Amino acid sequence: MVQEKQEMKITRIENGTVIDHITPGSALKVFELLGLEGDDENAITIAIRVNSDKMGKKDLLKIEDRFITAKESAMISLISPEATINIIRSFEVESKEVVELPEELEGIFSCSNPNCITNQEREPVEARFEVTEKNPLSVRCLYCDTLMNEEEVTHQLIQGS
Amino acid sequence: MPDTFAGQDFTTIRDKSREELEYIMDEARGMEKYTKVGTDSASGRLMGTLFFEPSTRTRLSFQAAMKRLGGDTIGFSSKEGSSVKKGETLADTLRTVEQYVDILVMRHPSEGSAKLASELLDIPVINGGDGSANHPTQTLLDLYTIREELGEIDGKTITLAGDLRYSRTTRSLSRALTGFDVELILNSPEQLRMKDDLLLELEEEGLKPEEMSDLEASMQKADLVYATRIQKERFPDVSEYRKVANAYRIDRELLERCNNPLLLHPLPRVNEIDPDVDELDNTVFFDQAGNGVPVRMALISNLLNLSDR
Repeated sequence: MVQEKQEMKITRIENGTVIDHITPGSALKVFELLGLEGDDENAITIAIRVNSDKMGKKDLLKIEDRFITAKESAMISLISPEATINIIRSFEVESKEVVELPEELEGIFSCSNPNCITNQEREPVEARFEVTEKNPLSVRCLYCDTLMNEEEVTHQLIQGS
Repeated sequence: MPDTFAGQDFTTIRDKSREELEYIMDEARGMEKYTKVGTDSASGRLMGTLFFEPSTRTRLSFQAAMKRLGGDTIGFSSKEGSSVKKGETLADTLRTVEQYVDILVMRHPSEGSAKLASELLDIPVINGGDGSANHPTQTLLDLYTIREELGEIDGKTITLAGDLRYSRTTRSLSRALTGFDVELILNSPEQLRMKDDLLLELEEEGLKPEEMSDLEASMQKADLVYATRIQKERFPDVSEYRKVANAYRIDRELLERCNNPLLLHPLPRVNEIDPDVDELDNTVFFDQAGNGVPVRMALISNLLNLSDR
């Protein structure tokens, strides 16, 4: 029997970002993380648990007229370490990069210790963490040594977006 | 092995190796001869002592150490004594004081404050206690005291008793002990247990402490007991505090039943150590406090790279 080729019917975008290979089930978290509301002018496509040669299943997010910053890319890596960021201009892929979880994270989320110097008002210092484990994520504050796990980090990222 | 720590900071035990700690202890022994008569190797040098929280031993022994080295100190001993009271940031205070001194020691209630100071300033920064996180120079003098009293640290069974959750002294000491071949026993009220992240860190460094709920049992096997103060302010109500505080009392009878282990305490003590033990040979907390001077002299001398060490 000839198997009919299954194609994903997702609209191409002219300019913007395609975030591919998102951990299955995490696209909505990435959506929230980027502060997307859904009532903006730009077209957004979300695909959840679609087939992937590489991952079996994956999520996907296409955002028209929005370009992901390096900081946003680092944030996405915290939730979805295998995601790829494709920057599209004039329907062409201008660049394609796998998000990379940096060894150090700065200014992305706060230390969970309220008494940490990085949480004191007006002091000129941003929270900085070393990544001690990538999967599951674990980070240590470089100022007060407090350990934070993936749940604490992602909760804060989504709450704060 | 370093021959000097010149220009470095001393803000945490985490980045110090056993060899580095032993090096400072060796130097401290060499400083003993100057603790009463003094020397002039730090002549003309100034130390800033910024204490945003109360301190008796740490502040005074740093001042004594600097003066015995022939240097001098300027500073304040409370937040009220500084412009932080007027709303100045810690960062601005630090950058101002840096203009006046060659080396700085700071105690501050926020965890990580000493690390921030070390990043902002070019002069050596010594952490005199940051919140409940670190007290690395206390650890130096604790290790020095153990070594002086027991000959060596390796091979000993050490019981940490009391508040292991908020005590920065036991936090720093237990980290340092990962570099030595010791058995570590922990004894504390349930609500003052050592935090899980520190337990995990110790385990990763190869030191797996045994937690015991009974004070006497935890002291039976110990060569030395390191007791800490149960902090009243950590309890939601006074009756709960009294219950715990009364259960944590080390007296002469208890020490005798436990074969008289060496007893250390970073001080101040409140009720956890009965004054009737003070005259015993194995209670060394005042000698321990005294050791703060040669140890801090050695540290200052190294950080400033003074001659005649």
